[in-house]
Amino acid sequence: MKTQNLNGANLGGPEILTSTVGGSAAAPEGTRLESMTVRRIMGTEIEYGISVPGQPGANPMVTSSQIVNAYAARPELSKGGRARWDYEEETPLRDARGFTYTGALYDPAENLADEDSGLANVILTNGARLYVDHAHPEYSTPEVTNPREIVLFDKAGEMTMAEAALRAAHTPGIGPINLYKNNTDNKGASYGAHENYLMSRQTPFADIVAHFTPFLVTRQIFCGAGRIGIGQDASEHRFQISQRADFFEVEVGLETTLKRPIINTRDEPHADAERYRRLHVIIGDANLAEYATFLKVGTASIVLSMIESGVFDGTLGIAEPVAELRAVSHDPSLKHKIELRNGKRVTAIELQQSILEQAEAYCGADADPDTREVLDQWAYVLDALARDPMELADMLDWPAKLSLLDRYRERENLGWGAAKLQAIDLQYHDVRPEKGLYHRLVARGKMKRLLTDTEIINAMTEPPSDTRAFFRGRCLARYPSEVVAASWDSVIFDVGADSLVRVPMMEPEKGTKAHVGELFERCEAAKDLLDIITAD
Amino acid sequence: MAAKDSGGQSQSQRSRQEADADTTEAAVDPEIAERHEAITEEVDDLLDEIDEVLETNSEEFVRSFVQKGGQ
Repeated sequence: MKTQNLNGANLGGPEILTSTVGGSAAAPEGTRLESMTVRRIMGTEIEYGISVPGQPGANPMVTSSQIVNAYAARPELSKGGRARWDYEEETPLRDARGFTYTGALYDPAENLADEDSGLANVILTNGARLYVDHAHPEYSTPEVTNPREIVLFDKAGEMTMAEAALRAAHTPGIGPINLYKNNTDNKGASYGAHENYLMSRQTPFADIVAHFTPFLVTRQIFCGAGRIGIGQDASEHRFQISQRADFFEVEVGLETTLKRPIINTRDEPHADAERYRRLHVIIGDANLAEYATFLKVGTASIVLSMIESGVFDGTLGIAEPVAELRAVSHDPSLKHKIELRNGKRVTAIELQQSILEQAEAYCGADADPDTREVLDQWAYVLDALARDPMELADMLDWPAKLSLLDRYRERENLGWGAAKLQAIDLQYHDVRPEKGLYHRLVARGKMKRLLTDTEIINAMTEPPSDTRAFFRGRCLARYPSEVVAASWDSVIFDVGADSLVRVPMMEPEKGTKAHVGELFERCEAAKDLLDIITAD
Repeated sequence: MAAKDSGGQSQSQRSRQEADADTTEAAVDPEIAERHEAITEEVDDLLDEIDEVLETNSEEFVRSFVQKGGQ
């Protein structure tokens, strides 16, 4: 392996991929982060449940690696040798409140996602990352700029997992492995569906804690995935709205695997840290329903924009956020009254309606189409939830699942503890089109959709056009032999010189199709590309 | 398991009954009622399919789904 003498390319970097050094950090040139819009750099990362039929003791590190490696055998990923993950800029121990953990308080398992520990990792030509994290296969979407594209790449991840399992099943020596896009085994374990939002560094973290928390506690009424079982081990058998609610124990913190916080403080921007923070949201459920994902990230992005602009006055502060998170989840009738710090009591619907009203006033009548669509759908689901949540059985996960369970329960006269109902709960999340109950609903045309299967299949290999994921994905597709490593903010090439060339991409909105698309058509070899982008 | 089940059940039934009562009141709008009925019919039809695709031994299937914790 050549040493990473980086030829100086990492210091300033080509202008089409990084911000101009010396640009004013106080006044970001991109207005996107500061304007009244849902658009911002965002992404999701989903850990999938993994199981070998009849072998509950199968080693999940091994089976997860088998899944990732099976997908890596796809022709476009296997022709040039696999690119490694570049960890140079990773700082998962950094805390948004301004200090860095030295390790004593930190779970070392956090850093396990490393090829050196034998766990598989593959960077896809759409700019996504498929790898093994915490004994689960995980799919991180490429960076995108709007909620519709989150849905697109989140669903592409789901299809990637389905194909990976199919490929694994056809690999000699590997038995069938089933994957579930859910968040708990109902026996005490939970695994994450995280969202990431790039924000202005200028926004005080305390504002995020104060104003994002009431939103996060109540948004589950439209983006919960539904679950039979109360408590981390599901010891009480009844239906609740969220998969994750019972696994959150504190209001703010750095942990992600134990004592999970409603607001996670990880401060790892994968971008220019002077200008940006990446808010790491760990409290969501993994969604199958396209509108649930769309609303989950769309509303969150609008609310963050309002926080950046200082819209909220703090009157929605919740007295006991952790307890209310559970209380809201445990009441599918949506009648529960949340106690606010000011002593008022409101339902989750009312609290969301109050945020929506402020969002409407904030975004105004001239909101761009992406923002308008989120606002309209947000209003639609809140109105429908207030009438009857079952009206949304064709649009959102928890009403869809509860509707199935209620009908089945009535027909078979079953109590909530029945194994059949728990099997339905679990199998709703099966990624296989022929077995997953969500997918069976879709096949019958019974779920409203934002996307076509053709669009999703295309997104499994094609990167988004308007972020640096375009550059990453195209480099991997075009120069598979020369790209030896990559990460969110770098691509490292071996073009036969004495040292490797590391191209940093600290600006997520550069390296787009508009910036570099033509170069990939023009440059036959990676060396030609590097000659152009590293020349001043 | 059965004892815990009944404990959770009564509370759940209470909240479902409340929701059902509200549904009856809200269902005066014929358009909503029609849509609701259409959804219900489809779901009923789906139940037979669920029986076909559901993993054969539900109890064993649910029990053997054991995960290591993640993030």
